[in-house]
Amino acid sequence: MQGQLEIEIAGLKLRNPTILASGILGISAEYLVEIANAGAGAVTTKSVGLEPREGYKNPTVVQVECGILNAIGLPNPGIRRFVEEIKEIGRLEIPLILSIYGFSPEEYVEAAKIAVEANIDAVELNLSCPHVKGAGAEIGRSPEMVSLVVENVKKSIDKPVFVKLTPNVSDIKEIAVAAATSGADAITAINTLRAMVIDIETCRPILSNKIGGLSGGAIKPIAVRCVYEIYEAVNIPIIGCGGVRTWRDAVELMLAGASAVQIGSAIAYEGLSVFRNVAEGIRTYLYRKGFRNVRDIIGLAHKE
Amino acid sequence: MGWHIKNNEMRIVKVHRVKAETRNVKTIFFEDELCASAEPGQFLMVWIPGVDEIPLSLSSASKEEASVTVKEVGEATHALNKMEKGNLLGIRGPFGSSFKIIGKKALVIGGGIGAAPLLMLLNKLLTNGIETVFIMGAKTRSEILFIDQLEALHNEYGLEVIFTTDDGSYGTKGLATEAAERCLSEKVFDSMYVCGKESMILKLYSLAETYTIPMQASLERIMRCAIGICGSCVIGRYRVCKDGPVFDFSQLREIRRELGKFKRNFRGERIFIEK
Repeated sequence: MQGQLEIEIAGLKLRNPTILASGILGISAEYLVEIANAGAGAVTTKSVGLEPREGYKNPTVVQVECGILNAIGLPNPGIRRFVEEIKEIGRLEIPLILSIYGFSPEEYVEAAKIAVEANIDAVELNLSCPHVKGAGAEIGRSPEMVSLVVENVKKSIDKPVFVKLTPNVSDIKEIAVAAATSGADAITAINTLRAMVIDIETCRPILSNKIGGLSGGAIKPIAVRCVYEIYEAVNIPIIGCGGVRTWRDAVELMLAGASAVQIGSAIAYEGLSVFRNVAEGIRTYLYRKGFRNVRDIIGLAHKE
Repeated sequence: MGWHIKNNEMRIVKVHRVKAETRNVKTIFFEDELCASAEPGQFLMVWIPGVDEIPLSLSSASKEEASVTVKEVGEATHALNKMEKGNLLGIRGPFGSSFKIIGKKALVIGGGIGAAPLLMLLNKLLTNGIETVFIMGAKTRSEILFIDQLEALHNEYGLEVIFTTDDGSYGTKGLATEAAERCLSEKVFDSMYVCGKESMILKLYSLAETYTIPMQASLERIMRCAIGICGSCVIGRYRVCKDGPVFDFSQLREIRRELGKFKRNFRGERIFIEK
């Protein structure tokens, strides 16, 4: 059974197709190691930019019926400081993906150049943060801007570049194609959806930023649809993200076309064992359905 | 499968009453069903609408009412201490680990506002028949908390209370850690329970190692989600919101290099803890 769950994405060798999603816990070197020890196939850091940010005031995270809403505001120590911390890890046993954001194409390039000074395996461009004005999704909603960022980052570094897309667009395929034709090595889909919660007793939005990004179970069907559409439009690997909590969710995204899945919010419910449980669940599924390798189910839902 | 954590639901509660403890410390009482079953050491996220949301340990919890005891240190705590009967607060929780009773003889140490979660613990220890000594340390007389409640526990259960102040204005002059060291050298204890400044916790940790007495301590870090995913409160390989806030002896041993020395600021930068 050795190798059954292994998957390769843009040269990154994953022991299984589960990846820690960016924005979740990946702010300290020690915790990235902890997630690796918990059985993840790869880890993604929290998004880091050129300059440090404090993030928004609380409330920054609030629960809804079927998921979690957050507007944390990209708090981070700045890429230079963060790279110093990441270097403490030495060599991680699994691939390490560093997520970066910027307020302009130049900032993405600058941050990416510094990011590769750390011992990382790939850079993920956060072109999809839904709650910081001028960064992330404001760039990621425009195919032209996405092309510009991806082309320039690709020219500046020699590590694989992943692009995380926002679902808050009318046609995600168009953005995915722009990223792919500009040289992206993989696409991560999707980031959170813009949403709001209003407390009816105090009659005001709960999040201090008022609008946040919705994650969790509520967005899984949207993630499945987005991955399915992107799979038909591009020829680079897709990393599925959105509401993955069980092996069933992971298998569903893989059948839609994902080569791996990212897991984030589910950690609040399942703890760190979610990585091992999802991976082992996929293994059992493969055995039961008679698939020899996890690669055999990628995009299977597209077959007539 | 539900994507819903019962305790994490934001509930809006009305302030029942406010009790002034000292010049800048108040206890705010409210009613909440989920808080009624809280354990000593657990915390709430308290939302002051329009201002901020901050983590606060419960200082009491019963069917009738629960409370948080707040020292004014910044904008959020200032707004909280301005609260009056009938004002609305949002609460999430109770979250996190709690103090666990070990053995029959307890030494409990609270430094300043760190005494807040310990009142609940003292009640639990004493009603479980644990012989308990409580050291309440503060800078000065006006910062000593819960004198009335401690006196009541002394009268009803025989709680031994030692007050220490840095300036000698109340109780013994000196530090709570010095009083703790005297207690440990004179008497045998089965367990130590601590909440207060981290420099104090660190000093008591080394005493606990010297006297080989299992120690539990409540730690504080910046918190945002309180459900173990944002990473704001990580210390070593632990999340204070989920694995803490109360850490046991073996966990404290694991994080001793960070304890009392480093924390993370809002940017997630590792910074020195000021002494």
